[in-house]
Amino acid sequence: MLKEGQVRIPSGCAISGIFCKSGKRMSGEAIIESIRIMHDRSNGLGGGFAAYGIYPEYKDYYAFHVFYDNHEAKKDCESFLERHFDIINLSKIPTRKIPQITDEPLIWRYFVTPLHTKLAESQLDEDEFVVKCVFRVNTEINGAYVFSSGKDMGVFKAVGFPEDVGRFYRLEEYEGYCFTAHGRYPTNTPGWWGGAHPFALLDCSVVHNGEISSYDANRRAIEMYGYKCTLQTDTEVIAYIYDYLKRKIGLTELEIASVIAAPFWQTIERMPKEQRQRAEYLRNVFAGQLITGPFSILVGFDGGLMALNDRLKLRSMVIGEKDDMVYMASEECAIRIIQPELDRVWSPRGGEAVIVTLDEAAKAAYQSRA
Amino acid sequence: MTIDAANMHFQVLNEKIRDHSGKKITIENCCGQRYIGAGMSGRSITINGTPGNALGAYLNGSEIKVNGNAQDAVGDTMNDGAIMIHGNVGDAPGYAMRGGRIFVRGNAGYRAGIHMKQYKDKKPVIIIGGRAGSFLGEYLAGGIIAVLNLQNEQPIISNFTGTGMHGGKIFLRCQAVPDNLPAQVSAEPAQPEDFKELAPHLKAYCKQFGLDYEQLAADTFFVLKPNAKNPYKKLYTQN
Repeated sequence: MLKEGQVRIPSGCAISGIFCKSGKRMSGEAIIESIRIMHDRSNGLGGGFAAYGIYPEYKDYYAFHVFYDNHEAKKDCESFLERHFDIINLSKIPTRKIPQITDEPLIWRYFVTPLHTKLAESQLDEDEFVVKCVFRVNTEINGAYVFSSGKDMGVFKAVGFPEDVGRFYRLEEYEGYCFTAHGRYPTNTPGWWGGAHPFALLDCSVVHNGEISSYDANRRAIEMYGYKCTLQTDTEVIAYIYDYLKRKIGLTELEIASVIAAPFWQTIERMPKEQRQRAEYLRNVFAGQLITGPFSILVGFDGGLMALNDRLKLRSMVIGEKDDMVYMASEECAIRIIQPELDRVWSPRGGEAVIVTLDEAAKAAYQSRA
Repeated sequence: MTIDAANMHFQVLNEKIRDHSGKKITIENCCGQRYIGAGMSGRSITINGTPGNALGAYLNGSEIKVNGNAQDAVGDTMNDGAIMIHGNVGDAPGYAMRGGRIFVRGNAGYRAGIHMKQYKDKKPVIIIGGRAGSFLGEYLAGGIIAVLNLQNEQPIISNFTGTGMHGGKIFLRCQAVPDNLPAQVSAEPAQPEDFKELAPHLKAYCKQFGLDYEQLAADTFFVLKPNAKNPYKKLYTQN
């Protein structure tokens, strides 16, 4: 395949997210409808969804969604997985044959848990062990890509318009408390299955509208910590930055937002002392994780969803609220089409993170769910 | 003529509008259709719902009324006519606008009225009833922008207001000069001769939205103009 630099595809993307704070599970139908109305923001070269709370029966197992270019890649990958994991269940991911989606790779799903002996040998915690394995598959097994690796969540993506991708993956048959969606209009990089959004690592998934000017600086910085950018597009690095700041450094979502969309120095100068010192600290220590250029992103994580714009707000973002539902989208129409009556509708400022999480009761219910 | 736009693609909707010979058009169930009224003259379009991006782009004399919120890029490079939004407006309304009026009852997003310009009798006007986001009137070269903050919320404007401004006026209805204005902008209480420019438009605005003009005009307004004392060297680059 031609890589970035050898090919240029001229450009908008669309993003949408739905979150139910009370944890009530809904089908994937609404998110398909929401992203469909923004059809003209994408060009058919990528669409995808992340869904949370969809695998209650396997909630303690990592759910790997894997693309294989061919059977040999599948054989190699499965042999690797068998050496490192207890595979509780494996199956083809159910799809629907439709003329709009063609040239699909082999698409498989595995529910796994690290083998005790391997895990102990590695001296890593479970999550880190899984991350290392995901990167090994993605970099060392030719033609195999683990594109989803979280618990009780999954990514579904393809080349095509997002509403077709949703039908292709039979998304209406899944039920979750949170969905995000992306319609792609690739600007600098090839439109291919692995390059469709969301990009995910463990339970974190990212959909993105925009273009990261600082991509290569971010990539070089994050690759120092063992992450490997393999998917030929800029958004991937956001998922790794989020994972690094959250899981390894232990920052909160709000702090992560203040790192990747750090306020300008001149804005920081005018902050009250304590806030200023915090902002200066985050900007200085995590300078390599500052993302510049236009972006609006939705970051899904276990029990929550975050919307964030670049500090100049060069891409659009609208938030809608109705009872226990929160909607986040590139355009208000994508919210109105599924929820015409809203209690509140507003646009966050550049760099202002909007974070929603499950209510305490819902959180407890998801954790205790067997 | 009334058009039910439910599930209608923007191309079909805009063709229907163009093909209609009458003046008045009402669009029901509008949801995200782009480019409505683009470049049009002599029409009066009422939209119920949420019109899509670039509403009234290049508008050339039509009137558009939105019962709801509008999205991004309303009245892009608009030449003449009026756009009245009975809700909020998204980012970059009135970008490079050169004539006509945009009235917004609620808030405006980022970059309202950037690059607006005026020439002889062409003098664009944007009046925002609520608050405005960052970069309001950036690079303003002409015309009038007014932010009324009718709900008296804080802050009335955000960062970088009027950065790079070299013409036109920005009126702010507030009690004190916002403290985050760039050095290239001067802010003074609006004098009667300044306010005279705004008055006819503000009257029309109040009429449109059923507000009391006399009461509003009696409030304190500040006017922002380019600061002639501060030339633009070193604004964006070290030169």
